[in-house]
Amino acid sequence: MPAVSKGDGMRGLAVFISDIRNCKSKEAEIKRINKELANIRSKFKGDKALDGYSKKKYVCKLLFIFLLGHDIDFGHMEAVNLLSSNRYTEKQIGYLFISVLVNSNSELIRLINNAIKNDLASRNPTFMGLALHCIANVGSREMAEAFAGEIPKVLVAGDTMDSVKQSAALCLLRLYRTSPDLVPMGDWTSRVVHLLNDQHLGVVTAATSLITTLAQKNPEEFKTSVSLAVSRLSRIVTSASTDLQDYTYYFVPAPWLSVKLLRLLQCYPPPEDPAVRGRLTECLETILNKAQEPPKSKKVQHSNAKNAVLFEAISLIIHHDSEPNLLVRACNQLGQFLQHRETNLRYLALESMCTLASSEFSHEAVKTHIETVINALKTERDVSVRQRAVDLLYAMCDRSNAQQIVAEMLSYLETADYSIREEIVLKVAILAEKYAVDYTWYVDTILNLIRIAGDYVSEEVWYRVIQIVINRDDVQGYAAKTVFEALQAPACHENLVKVGGYILGEFGNLIAGDPRSSPLIQFSLLHSKFHLCSVPTRALLLSTYIKFVNLFPEVKATIQDVLRSDSQLRNADVELQQRAVEYLRLSTVASTDILATVLEEMPPFPERESSILAKLKKKKGPSTVTGLEDSKRERGADINGGPEPTPASAASTPSPSADLLGLGAAPPAPVGPPASSGGLLVDVFSDSPSAVAPLAPGSEDNFARFVCKNNGVLFENQLLQIGLKSEFRQNLGRMFIFYGNKTSTQFLNFTPTLICSDDLQATLSLQTKPVDPTVDGGAQVRQAVNIECVSDFTEAPVLNIQFRYGGTFQNVSVKLPITLNKFFQPTEMASQDFFQRWKQLSNPQQEVQNIFKAKHPMDTEITKAKIIGFGSALLEEVDPNPANFVGAGIIHTKSTQIGCLLRLEPNLQAQMYRLTLRTSKETVSQRLCELLSDQF
Amino acid sequence: MSRGKCCKGGEGLEIRFILIQNRAGKTRLAKWYMQFDDDEKQKLIEEVHAVVTVRDAKHTNFVEFRNFKIIYRRYAGLYFCICVDVNDNNLAYLEAIHNFVEVLNEYFHNVCELDLVFNFYKVYTVVDEMFLAGEIRETSQTKVLKQLLMLQSLE
Repeated sequence: MPAVSKGDGMRGLAVFISDIRNCKSKEAEIKRINKELANIRSKFKGDKALDGYSKKKYVCKLLFIFLLGHDIDFGHMEAVNLLSSNRYTEKQIGYLFISVLVNSNSELIRLINNAIKNDLASRNPTFMGLALHCIANVGSREMAEAFAGEIPKVLVAGDTMDSVKQSAALCLLRLYRTSPDLVPMGDWTSRVVHLLNDQHLGVVTAATSLITTLAQKNPEEFKTSVSLAVSRLSRIVTSASTDLQDYTYYFVPAPWLSVKLLRLLQCYPPPEDPAVRGRLTECLETILNKAQEPPKSKKVQHSNAKNAVLFEAISLIIHHDSEPNLLVRACNQLGQFLQHRETNLRYLALESMCTLASSEFSHEAVKTHIETVINALKTERDVSVRQRAVDLLYAMCDRSNAQQIVAEMLSYLETADYSIREEIVLKVAILAEKYAVDYTWYVDTILNLIRIAGDYVSEEVWYRVIQIVINRDDVQGYAAKTVFEALQAPACHENLVKVGGYILGEFGNLIAGDPRSSPLIQFSLLHSKFHLCSVPTRALLLSTYIKFVNLFPEVKATIQDVLRSDSQLRNADVELQQRAVEYLRLSTVASTDILATVLEEMPPFPERESSILAKLKKKKGPSTVTGLEDSKRERGADINGGPEPTPASAASTPSPSADLLGLGAAPPAPVGPPASSGGLLVDVFSDSPSAVAPLAPGSEDNFARFVCKNNGVLFENQLLQIGLKSEFRQNLGRMFIFYGNKTSTQFLNFTPTLICSDDLQATLSLQTKPVDPTVDGGAQVRQAVNIECVSDFTEAPVLNIQFRYGGTFQNVSVKLPITLNKFFQPTEMASQDFFQRWKQLSNPQQEVQNIFKAKHPMDTEITKAKIIGFGSALLEEVDPNPANFVGAGIIHTKSTQIGCLLRLEPNLQAQMYRLTLRTSKETVSQRLCELLSDQF
Repeated sequence: MSRGKCCKGGEGLEIRFILIQNRAGKTRLAKWYMQFDDDEKQKLIEEVHAVVTVRDAKHTNFVEFRNFKIIYRRYAGLYFCICVDVNDNNLAYLEAIHNFVEVLNEYFHNVCELDLVFNFYKVYTVVDEMFLAGEIRETSQTKVLKQLLMLQSLE
């Protein structure tokens, strides 16, 4: 038996725990637990009042049962009762139960807060400690409301015991983190700063955490902490190892406090006061010196504690980035660690050097370690160490070593862990582009990437190589030749077929003079891959073929035969079939001039931020990459001085219609949480409902597209596709929203929410059920929305979707196209009736008119379709002018029906329209006119 | 002129949770410093176990986990894990674990897994003395043990 009894044990509890441990099966355990729960329930309900000890014992058993993973639905009241006991052990169990089973029951919260209040006022340090720990553990908003004003007083009161001060400081910190608005800054702040001078190092330790967090948000208010922290740090690092007694850990004086003080200093720039600055520099030098001294103990605890301080000092040196001498010393120190026998130190050195590489003072010094780092990539057993080595190589890369680093990364890629391949591919692609002096090298590198790790080459990477080849005419011939050769391989990755197809379609003519790569050979080579490819690739190849028709008239007949074959013309896939039909037709009817114009070489792409970089940022989180990239950019300009390898900016914008292969629509920047949302990390773990994202770009356009139709894709980014299907009858409607996960990774906590303003809620009623919070990769979930139009409305509901994808939190908002015209019932009527009613609605409030310029080609058939799609009847032969369109219908709401007449008068010459709406209700005329005007 | 970068601000550098698990994945202590719902907690527990137990002694004591890092150390059959931000001080937490274990060892006179099972409610007290609100509260073993003995005497 374990040492259960130290004179204080609850025997019944120990017996119960033993019983549970002896259960042979899950069923037996559940049986034993149910028996115990029944027993406890009867004790709690019994007539006999329980004494404190029994109550404590039973509450403790309930807690144990809960911690085993079973639900507990009673006992909260008994736990709360324990809070007002005068015995420490009973109080402790009560507080523990409350802290673990946080309950938002308002009745109990009031009682709990009351008990805490009493304990805080008790002047009994043990009870005060329990109360403070409970607040710090629960940290709810209710508690912040009740105690945020009180705790600063406890913290700075002269007679508060040290241990209570420690707890109060951290308790306040917790409340500040959860409810910063409820913690008022005030007189106490300056007194808190002076706790850095406190005699008791435990108080200083707790206070430093509090000050660091407060200083991050209010740097001005806590500025004075810098000099106090420096002098405290200085006293610690210069003390003899025995001076600090209790706070010396394996001969290292106060290592955790030192780390915290160094972290606090990282909230600020280097001190301006030269004396403080000098003292800090001395401290940092002392810490660096100590690293070179022989260890005072062989124990790993000693070196770990010492190095914890050293690494934090190096972080501060890098953060200040102002003392070249210290930066170089830091780099040398890390260089020693790179070869250390302890894996931990090698790992940390690689990690720390990564940030050092971005400082201009130490960049060169970091580069001298390249061989060691490459060696780490090849020999380290722990994948996380190799990952750090890849990161460091990426960070230390510049034009002088890019070829070597890219080559090493490529060779590592052959054996790299699957989990980091995609990231390495992105990094190689970025470095190859950024530091390419010779673009043939760039093309070779990307093709190598596809060869080695084709599955991990994302669209962004191969789009990018095509953009670059198109923008740089000095590399086009080489690219054509290289892809042609690469395609000779019997098995090549589909991404290579895509790149090859595109490049040969554009620049195949540059190598067609060589009989080994004549047009027919080029075509046969591509076509030999055709049947093994997926539909999008085949579609791309069809476009290549039509481009060949233009480039090489001699293969026209061969290609027409291919296009004409049943497997193309009657392909089950609509996209392929359409391309085949259209291209065949185009090749038959168009003159060579027209062909040459339509199929002209792609104009250069407008230069924009590399989409690959955007992807890497997304993968790694903005904070980790952005800083590095910025510094890289600066350095590129400072040191290399050479022209950046960006193509001429005079590039014209390609017209979308000329872009047959769809590359013009390069993937949009990922829609993520706004960059200002307080750091990715917080978002991921935060369970509090996050703010609703602003509307996704393009949301308005998509919204407008749905005014005259009911089905289609409402939104799409790289992760998520949202489709709609809806039908409406009279004042009711039903909409199905389809959420498609485009990735291969699960979405977690998937929460779509419909948001209506108060006004809208009163006029439009929406009902829906929550969807399953998990959406598997590639899966689609459906959500039905029942819609009722109560009375006429103007706004549209917003659909907000939040979920976690991989490590990141995603937040998307789109306007949901439920518009007033959906509740239209068409009404047929004769000319006479129409004009009679038209005249009846001649009151100025009933008519709304809009004159506007045509945004789309003025096509009669399309216009008719739109009016019908809008929901009204299209009345033929009503208007005396046959060019005009008139419509009529009734808007159904729950309360009323509103008759509507509309008239659209196009003016072809001026490319203008005049739209007139007459209804019996002004707001309806107004809204329908707005909605319909947007459509033409 | 100072070239200092702007403050590391707002990252909330704190412990997200502390877990003690045995090799079989049984939780011996779970202390949460952020709000998670029960399902999420269970998931985290399982994932941490999966991540940590496959590693051997030659590996580092740090492992990336979601967007965080787990700093862990194995003592006999028990894994002590602390989840922190990726850029927090790895070694400081590694030694904080050891400091905590030494306190437990002293307090329970040669601590073993069963002590943690039978005295789970006392372990919480030890944790709260040493870590509070996700921060290191007290590092002096002498002070912590003195306080624990004082509390013990109240029982």
